[in-house]
Amino acid sequence: MFNFDFSTVAAYSPMYLKGVVTTVELTVLGIIFGLILGLILAFMRLSKHAAVRWPAILYLNIFRGTPLFVQLLVVHYGFIPAIFGGSQGAFFSGAVALALNSGAYVSEIFRAGIKSIDRGQMEAARSLGMTHWMAMKDVILPQAIKRMIPPFGNEFIVLLKDSSLVAVIAVHDLTQAGRLVMAATLKPWEAYIPVAILYLMLTVPLTYLVAYLERRLESK
Amino acid sequence: MINNSSKVMIKAKNLHKKFGDLHVLKGIDAEIHEKEVVVVIGPSGSGKSTFLRCLNLLEEISEGEVWIEGANIADTKTDINLVRRNVGMVFQQFNLFPHKSTLENVTLAPQKILKKSKAEVEAKAYQLLDKVGLRDKALVYPDNLSGGQKQRVAIARALAMEPKVMLFDEPTSALDPEMVGEVLQVMKQLALEGMTMVVVTHEMGFAREVGNRVLFMDEGVIVEQGTPDEIFKNPTNPRTKAFLSKVL
Repeated sequence: MFNFDFSTVAAYSPMYLKGVVTTVELTVLGIIFGLILGLILAFMRLSKHAAVRWPAILYLNIFRGTPLFVQLLVVHYGFIPAIFGGSQGAFFSGAVALALNSGAYVSEIFRAGIKSIDRGQMEAARSLGMTHWMAMKDVILPQAIKRMIPPFGNEFIVLLKDSSLVAVIAVHDLTQAGRLVMAATLKPWEAYIPVAILYLMLTVPLTYLVAYLERRLESK
Repeated sequence: MINNSSKVMIKAKNLHKKFGDLHVLKGIDAEIHEKEVVVVIGPSGSGKSTFLRCLNLLEEISEGEVWIEGANIADTKTDINLVRRNVGMVFQQFNLFPHKSTLENVTLAPQKILKKSKAEVEAKAYQLLDKVGLRDKALVYPDNLSGGQKQRVAIARALAMEPKVMLFDEPTSALDPEMVGEVLQVMKQLALEGMTMVVVTHEMGFAREVGNRVLFMDEGVIVEQGTPDEIFKNPTNPRTKAFLSKVL
């Protein structure tokens, strides 16, 4: 049973490699657009005006309250065809769904980080004549970002792993590569163990990168 | 009232502040004149800090008016950021920016708001740090300063905007006793230089020695006011008497 023979699988290494590239691309796009969306949503939630807060809260509840799996299906088969009049490819749908999903979680990290800064900081900045945005940019955010690094690290690692769900809409990511190799070779261990190892090779360095950033910002 | 001839810097008219159902300020009328040092005293919960915080709109004004040099800050059309440039504030908890050095704490606002050159604001900042005796701490971060040093930096930071009035919100209440003196000394120096100051404090010695006028507040109103001599030697209101008998 444990007579592993990776030689048959070795022939499929380009397939895995392509999967790794796709997984990384999806994750990076998810992070970038998730950050942008998350920042916007966070400021909406912190707004004085209920009419601005309310849509953000609705958004958060929808995207945190439904499985990413379902979101992928709805985005790929519902939203994208409805908006663009047809499929834009599974990769595009996957990236959109990941960004929309990550935006909801990221916004909570932003909001919690901003709220964790003592009220006196904003008051001191405003008392000097700084505008709200100036105070946010020069006083609050630089301090808040330090505290956001660990939860952001977690969120991005989760995002990387959750990107494996795009296999459901047949994006050729790392997980999908494993499934294809399995189908071709009928060797589950040899097909899936490289997948797991490759995910680890992505997530573990990311963990250390986050720890490093945290230390660097701490010492400043 | 004293100094009637000089210019009115701050004028509060029928100022009310409510936090929900809690009515904290119940109609304050007060004038602060140029170069005057007004000390606000009173029991905790009397609304002294809230009153002070209404003077630069850190608290929204529920009712009434606060005029700062011809601008009613209770009016939403007033650009509060412009008014605040002229009204420095020092907080009980210092509120220094922990991610900025002492020097950067002092230069941040003038550099960002007044768009002055770095060289110019730094030269001015060193002058101010000299004044509060902390030039040698210019490159140190707030975490490495004592409470008294933090508060002196906070004073320098507020002065960097060259305000016309300084508001002090219990500036020595969070300090260890041995550091109170160094902060009061800086404030006294500022008063001698002619700065207009409104000081909420429990330091009765400071009120007596440096104050031109003392306001005694209780339960959201100014109960009694006068020169330090009048208030401390011959208080007329029973509530003032009761308060002073406890703190003196």
